[in-house]
Amino acid sequence: MDSFLHTINGIPVLGIVFQFVEYFLNALPFMSRVAVELAVPICLAALCGVMCERSGVVNIGLEGIMLTAAFTGWFAEAVITGIMGPGTPTPVFGLTVPLVLALLAAIIAGMLLSLLHAWLSISVRADQIIAGAIINIAAFGMTGYLNTLLATVSLPVTSNFTALTIPSAVSNIPLVGWLIDALFGQGPIGILMVIIVVVFQIFLFRSRWGLRTRAVGEHPRAAETVGIDVIRTRYRNVVLSGALAALGGAYLSIEATNGFQAGMTQGRGFIGLAAMIVGRWTPLGAFGAALLFAASQAISQTISISPPTGELGTLLDHVPTQFFDALPYLITIVVLAGLIGRSIAPAADGRPYQRESAS
Amino acid sequence: MSQAIARLPRPRALLRYLWSLIAVPLVSFFLALLVGAIVIILSSTLVLKNPFDPTLPLTAYQALAQGAFGSFNSVVTTLVITTPLLLAGLGVGIGFRAGLFNIGAQGQFLMGAVGAVAVAANMQSSPPAIAIPAALAGGALAGAAWGFVPGLLKATSGAHEVVTTIMMNYIALASLAWIVKGPLKEMGSNPPTTPDVGAAALPILIGSTGHLGILLAFAAVPIAWFLLFRTTRGFEIRAVGANPDAARYAGVNPRLMIVLTMSIAGMLAGLAGACTILGISHRMNTTFQTKVGFDSITVALLGRSNPIGIMFAALLFGAMRAGAPPMQINAGIPVELVDFIQALILLFLIANAVLRRLLRLRGVAGAEQTGFQTITRSYGRETLT
Amino acid sequence: MRGITKRYPGVVANDHIDLDLRQGEIHALLGENGAGKTTLMNILYGLAVPDEGEILVDGQAVRIAGPSDAIARGIEMVHQHFMLIPVLSVAENVVLGEETMANPVFLDRREASRRIRKLAGRFGFELDPDAKVESLSVGQQQRVEILKTLYRDAQILVLDEPTAVLTPAETEEIFVLLRNLAKDGRSIIFISHKLNEVLEIADRITVIRRGRVVGERRPAETDDKELAELMVGRSVQLTVDRGESHPTEVMLKVEDLHVRDDRGNEVVRGVDVEIRRGEILGIAGVAGNGQDEFVEALVGLRRVASGRVWLNGRNVTGASPRQINEANVGYVPADRHRFGLILAFPLTDNLVLTSYYKPPFAHGLVRDGRAILAAARQRVREYDVRTPSTEVAAQTLSGGNQQKLIVSREFGGDTTLLVLDQPTRGLDVGSIEFIHKRIIEKRDAGTAVLLVSAELDEVLELSDRIAVMYRGKLVAFVDGRQADKNQVGLLMATGGATDETHEATGTST
Repeated sequence: MDSFLHTINGIPVLGIVFQFVEYFLNALPFMSRVAVELAVPICLAALCGVMCERSGVVNIGLEGIMLTAAFTGWFAEAVITGIMGPGTPTPVFGLTVPLVLALLAAIIAGMLLSLLHAWLSISVRADQIIAGAIINIAAFGMTGYLNTLLATVSLPVTSNFTALTIPSAVSNIPLVGWLIDALFGQGPIGILMVIIVVVFQIFLFRSRWGLRTRAVGEHPRAAETVGIDVIRTRYRNVVLSGALAALGGAYLSIEATNGFQAGMTQGRGFIGLAAMIVGRWTPLGAFGAALLFAASQAISQTISISPPTGELGTLLDHVPTQFFDALPYLITIVVLAGLIGRSIAPAADGRPYQRESAS
Repeated sequence: MSQAIARLPRPRALLRYLWSLIAVPLVSFFLALLVGAIVIILSSTLVLKNPFDPTLPLTAYQALAQGAFGSFNSVVTTLVITTPLLLAGLGVGIGFRAGLFNIGAQGQFLMGAVGAVAVAANMQSSPPAIAIPAALAGGALAGAAWGFVPGLLKATSGAHEVVTTIMMNYIALASLAWIVKGPLKEMGSNPPTTPDVGAAALPILIGSTGHLGILLAFAAVPIAWFLLFRTTRGFEIRAVGANPDAARYAGVNPRLMIVLTMSIAGMLAGLAGACTILGISHRMNTTFQTKVGFDSITVALLGRSNPIGIMFAALLFGAMRAGAPPMQINAGIPVELVDFIQALILLFLIANAVLRRLLRLRGVAGAEQTGFQTITRSYGRETLT
Repeated sequence: MRGITKRYPGVVANDHIDLDLRQGEIHALLGENGAGKTTLMNILYGLAVPDEGEILVDGQAVRIAGPSDAIARGIEMVHQHFMLIPVLSVAENVVLGEETMANPVFLDRREASRRIRKLAGRFGFELDPDAKVESLSVGQQQRVEILKTLYRDAQILVLDEPTAVLTPAETEEIFVLLRNLAKDGRSIIFISHKLNEVLEIADRITVIRRGRVVGERRPAETDDKELAELMVGRSVQLTVDRGESHPTEVMLKVEDLHVRDDRGNEVVRGVDVEIRRGEILGIAGVAGNGQDEFVEALVGLRRVASGRVWLNGRNVTGASPRQINEANVGYVPADRHRFGLILAFPLTDNLVLTSYYKPPFAHGLVRDGRAILAAARQRVREYDVRTPSTEVAAQTLSGGNQQKLIVSREFGGDTTLLVLDQPTRGLDVGSIEFIHKRIIEKRDAGTAVLLVSAELDEVLELSDRIAVMYRGKLVAFVDGRQADKNQVGLLMATGGATDETHEATGTST
């Protein structure tokens, strides 16, 4: 067997392919975990997009909502810790009172920002893309401003949510165990995301709320003629969706790390938007697409943490590291361009609704 | 005599027309300053636990104005900062006219700078008369290429330019880092830096920093205006933006116009980047960054996608960006306040229906038609066949 | 409804209208486009708020602030443009708003299907509750709309132009259904501008003109001539004098043309036709049989899948809109807001929309504003477009004036071929007459005219020859002067005796 491997490794191209497969399989348990972790904020952003756009409101302000929530979560935790002390974290998830309150604050901040987007998009009937852009710019400005201000202040050290430890007896089972470890070996926000994906998927297609949401996003006038309040439905969805993006933002600053940096969302909101499109405006699809984007990042991370040896390693040394930095964005573009024709948006997506009597 | 009387109301009508054009942007600007003032006071007292100081915003804005207009040098600085904003803003504005929302000015700017420095590095020994145009052209081309790609993707697959241009921005960042550390790295430089632009450096015309690019940017204003409103190509661009189906019916190829417009927008942003590197920094390192991307969007919206309006908006923003560092130094207010104010201006602008009601302004027919009501289109639904 | 008044900026859509509806009757509301019928019904249904007047149900004054109020009073409406969501199933469309629930959160889809089958059965038709609405024929969609109202147990049904998109045969089926409903004790308001249908179905007829009630009649006491006079306000000539035609050489020749729609389905399936200079060829057909795609392929807006198009002996298959336009082809598109005009642009730009790039309107790349203005002023005068100036945006004009704008642009010059898709849809009688007259003039000047219209009457009145389009084919040609309305109607519905693929599903039994 060894001699066989040795022989095929001797063939230049084929050898590298085999080396890659071997390396990939060895790294898979670690990589899949990293991929899921990286997918959490992207997926939550995508879910926010699905909820908005299914009701007919385009929201490109995801990035800004996430950034604001990330800042609010971290800042609120620091402030509350300063007032009432850090408290003892629970053994599972590392929950503390400041941490939980901070999460709530982040969600509220996200929903308030969404409310602004809803007002601009639904009531003012402004261009929804520009409304979203405003939210992004405002979020960058406001969080950057406060972050710079706070650099001069000494704040208490904050903690973050910790991941659930899956017993190694389970996590060592090939495939199934890795899968369980990847999906549930996470902090509370990560696990919540997995649950939300499933629940949202069922609700969207089986519940009254889901049916009405889809009706309003496809043909608002038809929905209104059967007595559905289009405006209220859209408001409710957009505001509620803010909580999802906020979870994604909070994940960055109080679960994955314990701190805030200016612009720390790094385009995840926009990648989430792409994941929503690629996932055809369904929660499960969005999750799958988010995983795809995250996987490309996970591969590059894995390579930089434990670089492969042999010819594969030599080959990868010649690939600039920046290529891997750019990879998720490249993949987003390629997938978007390749899939878009077959992925059809809700018919009334982005079109403000005006009641006839108002004219 | 009677003729003179008959003509009298005309200047007044003209004034009213002008007022109807600028009232909303102007009021938006002052409202934004007002909200900014509240933020300054609140953040100072609540976050920094400073004593309540209602004059702090005045101090801040005064430092801002001082930094922008306080001296001959500060005016020159304002003009220098206005230059890339104006060029990129014109690009974004032309995009708006074609119904395209180009958030990619950032990446196009960076690639334009890369293109310019790449050409300049290889033309060290040429006379400036050749090196300068060549380096500018290199920047314009690189920016155009960075705009061409999202344009092509939209025209062929319908991929929304908002998402693709943002992705292109991140790819530009990675590319820039690679180029500075790799192909264009000057031997022995640490941290890695490109060579000096040498002969391609733009000559200084006024003050200590006022380079040739200023002239270039202001010359672009009438050119862009003429292109949009006096040429058939401009008519085609505007027709595609206002109604792509009718444009097709009129014999215009919307796909072609989308690619063309995105390339022009990229070219202008690329020129902005080229002017910045050739006129100011002269060298590029991996931290070369810009806020022109977002600023140019605000500038284009504030200028109502009209080149002349964009010129005034760019001057305003140039002033704010020029005044922001003195504001941080002298009043302790972080420069990011300017970004926030920017968002507020936009907010009041797009809520202009509400604002107009408050101001009791009646829309002058046609004055409302700025073209940016037509940007939101669903992903991939366009019938561009 | 008592003294209902609704004003919009510039017009009084409803001026003190009284209307009463008795139980179990079919009450027709007759009036031409823009007379205020739809506004009145939108008020009844809560989609518009009246400025004055009140609505009484069973003798009690009620306030209807929104559709849900109307639904609560048993008032249901079938809109002219179907209020159906194409991507949802029949069942989802029917129950939307009053869902059958398994529990407070989730839907009970089985129960919904059961109820729908039962209701449909009771009124004598069949529908698959799980079928997507977009896969249904127009006639079946109409039934889904009526089913929606029955599901809500409507006592008062308003049908706005329900037959506009139906074949004569489908119309008959709907009439049977409506009579069944009336027998069942439900009251029906039937809105139409088609005299013969109103005379056939209604128990009473109320005629409105310019927002006012101008008469109430029983079908037995009146005839189409009197109703037409009431409706239009003067005695009208029901037919245009089209005169003699003198066809000369072949202008347009189409051979075995195949075209696909946006979804990739072949909707034009082998069209062969010739049109000569100096004749009007009318294409009759129920909307959605490939007419729009056929026309769009002719003028270069849609790709030709296979086949040949010859214009004046030149092969123009697959030519661009620009090339077709350069060959002096005028085209009036069916959707004037989508294709014909740039609403946000001034009249001047719209009037040179297809010629902006060539002299005298442009020299090289530079446009000539003065020449454009002069031409615009002349066209506006010649075609009597009512507008304050040529600088206002096209969206400020009324529909009739917008259409005149397009006509003046497309009819100008030496047109060799005119392609007219629904040239008078939604216009007032005055504008229709005006445009019809111009069409005849162009024919007499030696232009070949292709006229597509969903209004069979229009095709019958204007055409020298009539072709019937059915499922992507021209199934029959008849002489325009001898054509019999019923015969053409039958061809539209069935495609002729040779076609045995008669619609089997969803027809009433």
